[in-house]
Amino acid sequence: MTKQQTPYRVLIGKPGLDGHDRGAKFIARALRDEGFEVIYTGIRRSAAEIAATAIQEDVNAVGLSSLSGAHLRLFPEVVAELEKRGGADIPVLGGGVIPDEDVDQLLQAGLGAIFTPGTPAETIIASFTKACRQHREN
Amino acid sequence: MKTEDLLAGLNSHDPRAIGRAISAVENNDDCSAKLLASLNRDAIDNCLVLGITGPPGAGKSTLTSSIIKQLREQQKRVGIIAIDPSSPISGGAILGDRIRMMDHALDPDVVLRSMATRGRLGGLCASAGAAVRIMAAAGCGTILIETVGVGQSEMDIIRLADITMMVLAPGFGDDIQAMKAGLLEVADFLVVNKSDIAGAEALSMDMEHIFAAREEEDGIKRVLQTIASQHRGIIELLQQIDAFADHINISGIKRSRRRKALDAETLDWVSEMLQPDLLTLMQTLPGTNDPRLRAQELIKIMQNTH
Repeated sequence: MTKQQTPYRVLIGKPGLDGHDRGAKFIARALRDEGFEVIYTGIRRSAAEIAATAIQEDVNAVGLSSLSGAHLRLFPEVVAELEKRGGADIPVLGGGVIPDEDVDQLLQAGLGAIFTPGTPAETIIASFTKACRQHREN
Repeated sequence: MKTEDLLAGLNSHDPRAIGRAISAVENNDDCSAKLLASLNRDAIDNCLVLGITGPPGAGKSTLTSSIIKQLREQQKRVGIIAIDPSSPISGGAILGDRIRMMDHALDPDVVLRSMATRGRLGGLCASAGAAVRIMAAAGCGTILIETVGVGQSEMDIIRLADITMMVLAPGFGDDIQAMKAGLLEVADFLVVNKSDIAGAEALSMDMEHIFAAREEEDGIKRVLQTIASQHRGIIELLQQIDAFADHINISGIKRSRRRKALDAETLDWVSEMLQPDLLTLMQTLPGTNDPRLRAQELIKIMQNTH
């Protein structure tokens, strides 16, 4: 197997208390269909659990989904937990019901990209591909 | 990370180093041969590898989680390799065994790695075997391999285990009948999970019949009932596994199983390493369309060129 054909590994997680994982599962399946290996952690995970799992699984990127409105707290928390555990190099992308005015704040807090309900699946997949490629090359 | 740093990280149980080391061998990176050759042999020889297999829905992941909990109560450091199939179309995979094991996500002495089959002809056995050795070198005394027990590649992986348990649940009916021949050959233990469901007794009796001769021989109970979701029956299961582990250690069965696994993994590596050249060479073959004859011709060409 050549290195170019080696699948990227990503973690899709849902931090916090919201239990609606339709979006997370949709993205997980879309990424699988593009040849990614997707580790899915299920709902209601703490930022620490998601970060520890990302490190154990040696993923190239983490994708977070939140529909509860707590993204401003939860997404940066995952970034911080990754840093604490020696995984500052792993990019974190986020999606969900996120108001426009929060997007910049999240990007400044270290998120690699933010997706909202209107973002086309192709854009999301392209973002994950780019993030994973950069991570593997570094 | 350099190979030396990875090895130092394995010795200090650093989760990042363990994850990266497994990726390196899974992706066949340049450092993987040196890395694998430098691992602590004693740790590898002394660890116990448990295979957990069974049809989808029987409760393998839940049982695995329950076994992890019990082993952690005994202060044991545990490694888990959870294998799921890759999509034959996209090559991608959804690895979801973690969902039922998240209770242990923050326990530094539970090392979990999800692996996809990556649709290879060879190679999976080799990378799973390498992951076992990396976890052993990183201090995991017990390593669980969990995989769906249908299909040849999964059966090959399970042969890496020192001890194999097949997990079944009532209600699978004819599927189980069809699996019996394979079961007899690979499983040391049969776990009837979800044993509070109607049909568990009948299933157990049916299976006890198959294992009666072996149970009589060494006095180890081979058919056990559990309710993994309620953590019931796990202590007894692990007691029987411990007894069997002693038995295969003393009798030399573990050594001979390891030997067979080593041979299988070696063959796997050979096919993995030869494949690119073989595929190229194959295009130049003249004449016959018969695959067996073509294979013989290929081998002849290779022998002459080396």
